[in-house]
Amino acid sequence: MSRKHHVTTTVNGDEYEFLCETQQTVLDVLRDELMLTGTKEGCATGDCGACSVMVDGTLVCSCLMLAVEAEGKKIDTIEGMAADDELHPLQRKFLELNGLQCGICTPGILIAARALLERNPDPTETEVRYWLAGNLCRCTGYDKVIRSVLTAAAEMRGA
Amino acid sequence: MTTILEKPGYNPDKQYKIVGTSPVKHDGFDKVTGRAKFAADAFLPGMLVGKFLRSPHPHAILKRIDISKAEKLPGVKAVVTRDDFPEIKAGTGGGDMTRLVMAREKVYWEGHPVAAVAATSESIAKKALKLIEVEYEVLPHVIDPLEAMRDDAPILHDYMRTKGAKGPAAEKKTNVVERLELSKGDIEKGFAQADLIVEGSYDTKPMHQGYIEPQSCIASVSDDGQVDLWCCTQAPWVYRDRLTEILKWDSSKIRIQQSELGGGFGGKTTFYAEPVSIVLSKKAKAPVKMTLTRIEVLRGTGPVSGTASKLRMGCKKDGTIVAVDAELVFQTGPYSGSAFTNAPQAMLTRYEIENVKTVSFEVVSNRPKVSSFRAPCVPQVVFGVEGLIDEMARKVGMDPLDFRLKNAIVEGHKTIYGETFTKIGFVETLKAAKACDHYKSPVPKGQGRGIACGFWFNRGGETTGSMALAPDGTVNIILGTADVAGSRMSMSMMAAEEFGIPVDRVRSQLADTNSLGYNRVTAGSRTTYSSGMIVVDSARKIIAELCRRAAKMWNVPEEGVVFEDGHCRPASSNVGDFPPLSMKDIAAKTTYTMGAICGHSEMNVTGAGPGFAVHIVDSEVDKETGLVSIKRYTIVEDAGKAISPLQVEGQFQGAAVQGIGWALNEEYIYGADGKLQNPAFLDYRMPVASDVPMIDTVIVEVANPKHPYGLRGVGEVPLTPAMAAIANSVGACIGIRPSSLPMSPPRLLKLIEEAKAKGLG
Repeated sequence: MSRKHHVTTTVNGDEYEFLCETQQTVLDVLRDELMLTGTKEGCATGDCGACSVMVDGTLVCSCLMLAVEAEGKKIDTIEGMAADDELHPLQRKFLELNGLQCGICTPGILIAARALLERNPDPTETEVRYWLAGNLCRCTGYDKVIRSVLTAAAEMRGA
Repeated sequence: MTTILEKPGYNPDKQYKIVGTSPVKHDGFDKVTGRAKFAADAFLPGMLVGKFLRSPHPHAILKRIDISKAEKLPGVKAVVTRDDFPEIKAGTGGGDMTRLVMAREKVYWEGHPVAAVAATSESIAKKALKLIEVEYEVLPHVIDPLEAMRDDAPILHDYMRTKGAKGPAAEKKTNVVERLELSKGDIEKGFAQADLIVEGSYDTKPMHQGYIEPQSCIASVSDDGQVDLWCCTQAPWVYRDRLTEILKWDSSKIRIQQSELGGGFGGKTTFYAEPVSIVLSKKAKAPVKMTLTRIEVLRGTGPVSGTASKLRMGCKKDGTIVAVDAELVFQTGPYSGSAFTNAPQAMLTRYEIENVKTVSFEVVSNRPKVSSFRAPCVPQVVFGVEGLIDEMARKVGMDPLDFRLKNAIVEGHKTIYGETFTKIGFVETLKAAKACDHYKSPVPKGQGRGIACGFWFNRGGETTGSMALAPDGTVNIILGTADVAGSRMSMSMMAAEEFGIPVDRVRSQLADTNSLGYNRVTAGSRTTYSSGMIVVDSARKIIAELCRRAAKMWNVPEEGVVFEDGHCRPASSNVGDFPPLSMKDIAAKTTYTMGAICGHSEMNVTGAGPGFAVHIVDSEVDKETGLVSIKRYTIVEDAGKAISPLQVEGQFQGAAVQGIGWALNEEYIYGADGKLQNPAFLDYRMPVASDVPMIDTVIVEVANPKHPYGLRGVGEVPLTPAMAAIANSVGACIGIRPSSLPMSPPRLLKLIEEAKAKGLG
């Protein structure tokens, strides 16, 4: 038996410790060890974006990052997106404008969209489309996803 | 008791308060916060991890499987193979199903499961797979369905004889499952009347449904044989009954709870890991979770039929279509099940044509077994049909929409498959397309415009549901159909509309198989219609009961009570001077009246009401690279009545983009070795956000006379004309209308060269 690694990390502001095998990814640990299943596995090859999380403020596919690399890092997942009882404007707009159907890609899209608006509060439609090109959605045809992001951005700017 | 099926349905005078609005979906909150539980999000104490060993060969005899070394690996709790499944005769429905989930005599495609392991961790399970020894005798394989039809093709199943074949062909070993002829009139006579005859050969490739959630399940089998199965499925009851058939297990001992469904589109109507996880759990005496990888999803679960079709159509100078001759080939993987019979029934159903001959073939080959996908087998054939319709319109000098209007069917049309339509909205849909901004605007320079039309039957079928009034006056609905995109909310809305209460006082949830009677698969655009009938019927039963209870509480005759806006009131002042009783007032007192108030309904629902769509597409082709850009896309479709317009639009838009993927990119690519070369999202490229424009929608509402609110299904129709419309627009750009999908850059470059050589485009 291979020995497991001990890792200490911060997820959504809380400190966590876990043991992991060398080949386990951040996604594996979030889901199977920490039971934070809001982050989804769609492909495990970094192509679909369903596993998007923030690591120290950078958007990453958690399926492409080894869990041992999370030592000392700050991870933000969908479970931490709403503040207390208040949904994030992106979450609210996705609900109001039907920016989701089955919902499996939604956590990844919301995390990615928030990362976009943090660096570009006033994106064009094209900018949103290219930023979200790493997040596959098979239900919506993207129309209402893009509208939800643009509308949330406008609201957050106070426009 | 009579149901609403036996009563007149649509009420044109009803004023809606909730139906036709788009409130936030109740299931949405959990989906934007990460709380929603999809199949892979569940865990049970003591749960093991299950993994498949799959065949590396597309066609081979499975001579020997030795699991002894794998079984001895510490942490391995069970290994199963064909020997752990009951024998069922090959070539029967059950025989095909059991062989699909675990190979028996032969493996039939690269990726066919040959064994499975349950272990205490994924890494141990993977190690164990490597310790399983399998001896194969490799056989010649065949991938392409047309090659599989040839006399010298490798035969997959020695027992197979073509159903519907005549003469010597009926006696031969073959890969052709079935030959089906569906015809009307006399095509020779029809073509003799034609002033113009057009023809073409078309082919489409298998694509995958592409749901983002890979299949996952947890099976837990108790010592006395009670199965609890948690999985993502469009068909809990169908799975249960098929498990009963292939595992020889009492249905009463199988309870299936559906999870949130992370996309299905027809692909989650067939089980793969579910039976295997049950057999593993029984052997290991512990719960077993099996989650497919994306590679397994692409290589091992049902793609969509590839097709080849030869079409000939004739029309008169005035545009009247007089004859159609069609030969259609459908690839089904190693086992029958493509639902190809939809195609000859639906391919022309929207036009009044007297003389039609169609001959269809379903063909096995060494590919994964196909599964359903929105309007199974229809969009592939419409791709050719609507190309020829366009060509005829052009050659007789008519506007393409006018040409279709000239031939459009109306109420009273008798279809080629025998149904006579009641009120339908095809003409209204065509007129709405003609009037929409997109069609009226000039085609931008350098772009081409294409239109195409499609039809889907819309389905009904066996459906059950239940509704209960809580003591606080709120309502719970238990649905037997799965929720593939928001149907729970539509059900809550319809119930709230019946009761006249806010929709937030109603909640819909998905049933397990023990809590309701049989429900047919959630597919074919049947859900909102069929479960909608159940919900309205159940609500009306509750309302009748509320009136009875109010009468009892007031000590007046039942006829003296009416129900409106969530309250029972005296029918007139003659009944007495009673303040209205709210649902809550009555529900709170059920202990003193006759107990709980529930509504329940079960029906074999009919009258779904067919749907029609027109797609309008503007595209641009880069003549140097062959890359197609979709510039503008509009869907005009009859929804009967949009319960939630935002959700209906979402169905249209999602289908359009799936159509764009199928038209431009998506295909299964095989090497000469019969192995799939692109089983990953990087190589199997589905459309991403930057590939597509906004998708405009026009919802036409021609009420379905059978439904109380007039709704028609909207899930399948919007895919049916998509690839045809895109191909028609590309044809307008380059001068030659493509006849082969996908219209990927290399293929298109060849066509552009050809067009240049012919002086077209």
